[in-house]
Amino acid sequence: MDLSRFERVTDNEWRINPVGAMRVPGIIYADADLIRGMDDKVYEQITNVATLPGIIKASYAMPDAHWGYGFPIGGVAAFDAAQGGVVSAGGVGFDISCGVRSLTTGLTRSDIEPHKDSLADVLFAAIPAGLGSTGTIRLNDRGMQAMLTGGARWAVSQGYGYQDDLQYIEEYGCMAGALAEEVSQQAKRRQRDEMGTLGSGNHYLEVQHVIEIYDRNAARAFALHENDIVVSIHCGSRGLGHQIGTEFLKSMAIAAHQYGIELPDRELACAPINSPLGESYLGAMRAGINCALANRQILTHLARRAFEGILPRAELSVLYDVSHNTCKQEEHVVDGKPMRLFVHRKGATRALGPGHADLPEAFRESGQPVLIGGSMGTASYILAGLPQSEQRCFASACHGAGRAMSRRKASKQWHGRQVIDDLSARGILIRSHSYRGVAEEAPGAYKDVDAVVDAAENAGLARKVVKLAPVICVKG
Amino acid sequence: MDAAVERTGMYLQRVPKACGGKLPHALVTTAKYDWIIVPPQRTWEHFSHQADIGIRGTGATLSEAFEQAACALTAVITDPDGVRATRAVEIRCEAQDPELLLVDWLNAIVYEMAVQHLLFSRFEVRTDGHRLSGCAWGEAIDIPRHQPAVEVKGATLTELKVAQDDGGRWIAQCIVDV
Repeated sequence: MDLSRFERVTDNEWRINPVGAMRVPGIIYADADLIRGMDDKVYEQITNVATLPGIIKASYAMPDAHWGYGFPIGGVAAFDAAQGGVVSAGGVGFDISCGVRSLTTGLTRSDIEPHKDSLADVLFAAIPAGLGSTGTIRLNDRGMQAMLTGGARWAVSQGYGYQDDLQYIEEYGCMAGALAEEVSQQAKRRQRDEMGTLGSGNHYLEVQHVIEIYDRNAARAFALHENDIVVSIHCGSRGLGHQIGTEFLKSMAIAAHQYGIELPDRELACAPINSPLGESYLGAMRAGINCALANRQILTHLARRAFEGILPRAELSVLYDVSHNTCKQEEHVVDGKPMRLFVHRKGATRALGPGHADLPEAFRESGQPVLIGGSMGTASYILAGLPQSEQRCFASACHGAGRAMSRRKASKQWHGRQVIDDLSARGILIRSHSYRGVAEEAPGAYKDVDAVVDAAENAGLARKVVKLAPVICVKG
Repeated sequence: MDAAVERTGMYLQRVPKACGGKLPHALVTTAKYDWIIVPPQRTWEHFSHQADIGIRGTGATLSEAFEQAACALTAVITDPDGVRATRAVEIRCEAQDPELLLVDWLNAIVYEMAVQHLLFSRFEVRTDGHRLSGCAWGEAIDIPRHQPAVEVKGATLTELKVAQDDGGRWIAQCIVDV
């Protein structure tokens, strides 16, 4: 993008003043290099979001912003229902509550090394991954209802994990306000064989080790030490979420006209929060969040069982579970006034600062763990929320690096087997059912996550706590 | 021009030279004719999108373009040539305009793939742009053989276009989220 289209506020905050139909300014939190590397669609989408009714303060973009569906991926926008604010299916995405869960293990790099191959094989066998894979859990109607209402809490009640896991999940593992009856029969049918599956594309289960510590106090609060082994799971609400996204995107696009909403882009399909369609979507979306939380809980259980077989003294404990495709009703102070807002984070992670009431006791001093997924074979980060993030963009931060090149180009540039061999030579084991899938996810296809995370810290969104490097990657 | 053009093969057209001039895009020019490449009437392709993939079907009719778009959808996941067309699934949809109809058609295929664990390689569509009656032929997913690269979450409204190009060919395209 052309930097001259923006007004520099600081080195890491750039502004688009309202023009035309924009009700609020656009704000990008990124440095000049990152902005120059972004596609022009990001500008268009930030400004389009700024035209939506009831938007509060600004239309935000994170350091990893790129071309999305209506909203940029890496977009944050909050709406006030009382001012005709809207909820947008595109502002949440097709993978409702896609997110990352990280687990500490009590193991170190040297514990893993002699068992790396066996562990990789066992995880690959135990975790259903990729298109065509199926889970072993089949829910009947009552079970589906319970799962969509109870989320990870339901999963624990079914024997997948422990009660203690729940406090380290956003919403304590259960999203309130879920309405299972607003989820269509097709969405439930699509989920039937997919409970406890990883999905595909950029989803993964990774065994990682801590290679650098930036904030010793926060690392201690997160129970992380140099060389510790961490397991991270990146996936979302599977077929149910995708179907909900598909259905409501269509109904919102069709209904926008009768709600008097002028869509600059059909993909920005939305409905007033206070409308039957808006409420129906919120109910279904929250059920989708529960589906994702339940899914990551079941995958945690499967990962624990896999480790038990190879490294029985491993103790996988949930560090935290974050979602980066949601719309949450939250209280924020705007111009000195407390307001209840509907905050869309599309490819953006909540990042509560120290002292926030919604944080479990263990993180009150440090702030919320913000889990930044790396791309295959590259580093991941764990950050912590900063107090000023609340004033910046409703306590939000980035979610990952974003792609640098299209899947087409990546699969032409790299061969899956070569990528696997190259990473293996560096000590990183990849397990996947598809060579082309691996090529599309090649490390070089993604932007530099280091730059994204540095920009997030410099912009005051979240601060670096540890850096993680991959050891084993089960690719979806 | 159409009356004077003689199709000599699938990809080459022979065009009589008018006024002794040369067509700027002619591949070869002889004394009497220009020879130009004509793209096949019915085809599919992918186009680039940063995060996901664009699919595009072209055809002489709207129905053909929809069929080809569905082939492009399969190709996101696996090589369509590797999918046997042994099982048939009927699909019906209806929408207020041809673009939303395309999205419905593709999402119906995505749904059938997901719930029946199938991949499809052959499609037959009859549509007037508002109502669609179609059939998809395929087989059960065989992970080692098909090596599905990625799952399609859904067809989006991004880069959504159903229209005729200057040559009268129908184009049906959109981005799919993977």
